[in-house]
Amino acid sequence: MAKLRGRGIAAVNYPTGMNLGGDPSQALIHATTTGNFVVTLSSVDLGQGLRTIMTQITAEVLGIAPEAVMIDTADTDTGPHCMGTFASRTTHRVGNAIIMAATEARKVLLDVAGEELEVAPEDLETDGTGRIVVKGVPGKSISVQDAALAAHFKHGRTISGRGIYLKPRSYPDFETGAMDPDSCQAHACTIAEVEVDTETGDVRVLKLISAYEIGRAINPMMVEQQIVGGSWMGMSHALYETTEPYYPNRAHGPVDFLGYLMPGPADIPEYDAVILERPSTNGPFGAKGIGEMTANSPIPAIANAIFDACGARIDDLPITPEKVLRALDAAALAAQP
Amino acid sequence: MKSSYVSFTLNGEEKELLIEPGRRLVDVLREQCGATGTKNGCGQGSCGACTVHIDGVAMLSCLLPAELVDGSEIVTIEGVVRNRVLHVLQEAFLAQAATQCGFCTAGMIMAAKALLDCDPSPSRQAVIEALSGNVCRCTGYEPIIAAVLAAAATLAKRPAAAAAA
Repeated sequence: MAKLRGRGIAAVNYPTGMNLGGDPSQALIHATTTGNFVVTLSSVDLGQGLRTIMTQITAEVLGIAPEAVMIDTADTDTGPHCMGTFASRTTHRVGNAIIMAATEARKVLLDVAGEELEVAPEDLETDGTGRIVVKGVPGKSISVQDAALAAHFKHGRTISGRGIYLKPRSYPDFETGAMDPDSCQAHACTIAEVEVDTETGDVRVLKLISAYEIGRAINPMMVEQQIVGGSWMGMSHALYETTEPYYPNRAHGPVDFLGYLMPGPADIPEYDAVILERPSTNGPFGAKGIGEMTANSPIPAIANAIFDACGARIDDLPITPEKVLRALDAAALAAQP
Repeated sequence: MKSSYVSFTLNGEEKELLIEPGRRLVDVLREQCGATGTKNGCGQGSCGACTVHIDGVAMLSCLLPAELVDGSEIVTIEGVVRNRVLHVLQEAFLAQAATQCGFCTAGMIMAAKALLDCDPSPSRQAVIEALSGNVCRCTGYEPIIAAVLAAAATLAKRPAAAAAA
């Protein structure tokens, strides 16, 4: 009986979005009288940070401060069309739709500001903090709010924009089977280091080290968050979580957090991640999706590390101490002459 | 059983409320006091999202009949902010990106604050133990542990009077 250490590796190529019957998302933007911009979406922020990313993209394209952007999400009765918040697609699809909508809204904003300042709109630039300035003439400017008020009260115009990004449906080629199912792919690799107690079957994950190639990281801090949280969730799927511990017998399944096993703060490994940015050709500012993939590669990496540590090859999740001990017993039996 | 009047202070403010028998403190806080920063997660004491301070001790408000807090001082996440200034723990949670969906955050901060209030420079192991009753499904816990340790380090650099606040 011993505590054996092992290392395992696994890689993942993850598609950004999918097309099924075509994959559209829309964004609608309008300026309020305060010079804030409301972005109306039907995507949902469920903790992945959609509001932050969409605020950044809107502010960047409009040339205004992030504080002046309001993201209004998730009323599918009244909102524009969105296929949904899944398939790691939102940054790519909705981000592209926002770029289109914000570009249209910016044109109206600069048209109105040009009228007010009596210059051509091409001679204007935004300073990113709420003012529209005549290029090369810092003293000659108008605030975004005054431009919005002028649009409403003097010019009778609506500072707004419509955006849609459509990934068209792709059919497979009958001869070759080739098709175009996604927009781009992100790539990652995880190395897991584990310690297996051959007496109890208990597995401890010591390290989860990952490298991610995800196009442009629109918000690098949130990318790192996603990787660390996904590493934890991957470890949780690999070793702890199941709704049917005695499958196919459904008895004794967990019904609450008391019975549903998850690693707590005392069970976490050392996490580390490297982010490689190779911009995609069709994502907003070169972004790809890094939503769901982060929980993928840790699972086979941990299973491989267990095999490396003790020779138990387990392909049924979660890898419980019971399964480890049974696999070790089977291996010992098979080794007998 | 009849409803009864229960008095306590909530974040320094005197409260006297008519409370139905057996009503959980978390419901009183959220529905009768409007203090919705405290989250009702599992409702059975296994997730920690409803953690509040009763007389300085971190407790689960989903397991407490509100009658039992009569005469107590209650502090919720709303009381951690002073004069619209974030607590050092809240600043550390922001800096360490220790929150994602945010549902566990109030409970995490209340559990961590109870620790720092009695042990201003805890070991990593002590932080882990203090957070062990709180579930997070997003962050992988490491950023939260890092935030509590960072907050403790910030407190250590401050004069004692400020740290007590």
